[in-house]
Amino acid sequence: MGTTPAPQLNNGDIAWVLASSALVLAMTAPGLALFYGGMVRRKNVNSMLMQCFMCLAIVSVLWVVIGYSLAFGPGHGWLGQWVGGFDWFMLHNVSMYTPDHWTPDPKWDPTTSYGGTVPNQVYMIFQCMFAVITPALVIGSFAERVKFSAWVGFTVLWLLFVYCPVAHMVWSHDGIENHWGVLDFAGGTVVHMNAGIAGLATALYLGKRLGTNKPGMHNVPFVMIGASLLWFGWFGFNAGSAISAGPLATSAFVVTNTATAAAAISWAACEWIFSGKPTLVGACSGAVAGLVAITPASGFVDVGGSLWIGFLVSVFCYCMVAFVKPKLGYDDTLDAFGVHYTGGLWGALATGLFAVKAVNANGSGVFDGNAGQFLTQAKGCAVTTIYTFIVTLIICFIIDKTIGMRASAEDEVMGLDLTQHHERAYTILD
Amino acid sequence: MKLVIAIVQPYKLEDVKQELYAANVNLITVFEVVGHGRQVGVDEYYRGVKETGNLLRKVQIEIAVNEDFVEPTIKAIIKGARTGKIGDGKIFVLDLPRCIRIRTGEEGSKAIG
Repeated sequence: MGTTPAPQLNNGDIAWVLASSALVLAMTAPGLALFYGGMVRRKNVNSMLMQCFMCLAIVSVLWVVIGYSLAFGPGHGWLGQWVGGFDWFMLHNVSMYTPDHWTPDPKWDPTTSYGGTVPNQVYMIFQCMFAVITPALVIGSFAERVKFSAWVGFTVLWLLFVYCPVAHMVWSHDGIENHWGVLDFAGGTVVHMNAGIAGLATALYLGKRLGTNKPGMHNVPFVMIGASLLWFGWFGFNAGSAISAGPLATSAFVVTNTATAAAAISWAACEWIFSGKPTLVGACSGAVAGLVAITPASGFVDVGGSLWIGFLVSVFCYCMVAFVKPKLGYDDTLDAFGVHYTGGLWGALATGLFAVKAVNANGSGVFDGNAGQFLTQAKGCAVTTIYTFIVTLIICFIIDKTIGMRASAEDEVMGLDLTQHHERAYTILD
Repeated sequence: MKLVIAIVQPYKLEDVKQELYAANVNLITVFEVVGHGRQVGVDEYYRGVKETGNLLRKVQIEIAVNEDFVEPTIKAIIKGARTGKIGDGKIFVLDLPRCIRIRTGEEGSKAIG
């Protein structure tokens, strides 16, 4: 893009990215909140909805104050390839007029701008919604046993010390994985693998819930409404990541829908074959796995690639959740690790296989004659996995030694709704 | 014939069921109920206004048994439900004058098992 002349702002692109930002917001609340909320026991549903909802509030504030600067701002020195600096603190220099700096003059510097036809502030609010949903996804792994106060502390630290650096590494102009050529169109590595592996770290740190090791599934219709809203919002997530309302957004929209549909079918088929009957929760989980897997690939693959990605992701995630998890015995309450890490990993690697230049000149995979891309993708996955796993464990340790991470046994038994929020979700009489 | 009624903590239901099956008591009916004994309710808040004395969710189990099974049933329920803390619940044992199996018309001890 460096050789093209400075593009002008495009009102169509701005409108699409702003609308996409709102779509991605709907993924967290109510989409993910209901998807997770339906899967917990009745006594914990408010705590689940509250954490997703407050994630939206807390991260929105953190993001404009410092998060966007750390994730997407220019880095400095050696540290610059890992995390941004403070140049964009309080959105200083984040212009609503131009893709670049805070001046009304149209400037275009491809080394510090994101999306040449929308102002930097549009990109900022779009990315804000990604930063919101990532820590919200992690909640699924430690659901039903964490104190609300501990969750607040964990989320603040995790956003600043895990999400922002990982987003910087993959997406910012000076990020290390970006320089390696890791392809991640809409956040398979940054959002889904990242949240999934963090979820595993928290689940291992906390240990199992008392007296149960499976989702409570107190309201399956909630799960279906949540999954459908995720599917709906995900068009903003993936097609919006084109940062333009053009052919690339169109292609991303189409492959997103295709992979999701394929994954819903194949999860239901897995259940039909291995456990007798297809279930609604299974079909919904499959759709979410498909959305996760197509995310990094959505701007790089054609419809053939998306079918492979979709049909296969559910097989991998189903095996993870149905066979591997029970064997290993960790309590990943709502399978944030099983679905988002497994699906994100497959999506990231599959991008290295199925990316074609015909869709996006910036990426081609193994089947398009670029054999090295698969290894590049694997390298990116490894760095994110190791970094996030270790730093998440450190954050758990810090929160545990200061606030105390886990709810007391009495509180866990009584339910987090009454003990953490003094409020129950459903009346009993009347 | 006796009717054993037990009120236990909801999260102990699974343990109680396992203990009952282990004692070869396989037929139970379970109700969701609300109430409180000495463990008075919990505080709830609605937009900052405190409401006290709310009823707590409990589980009520009913089991009709022949005389030989009364003690094993009681023991199994206690084993499954006891934590030693207030709120563990109570067991009531009532005389049961008649029992009829609808499918066959059998009466009495035969109809219970």
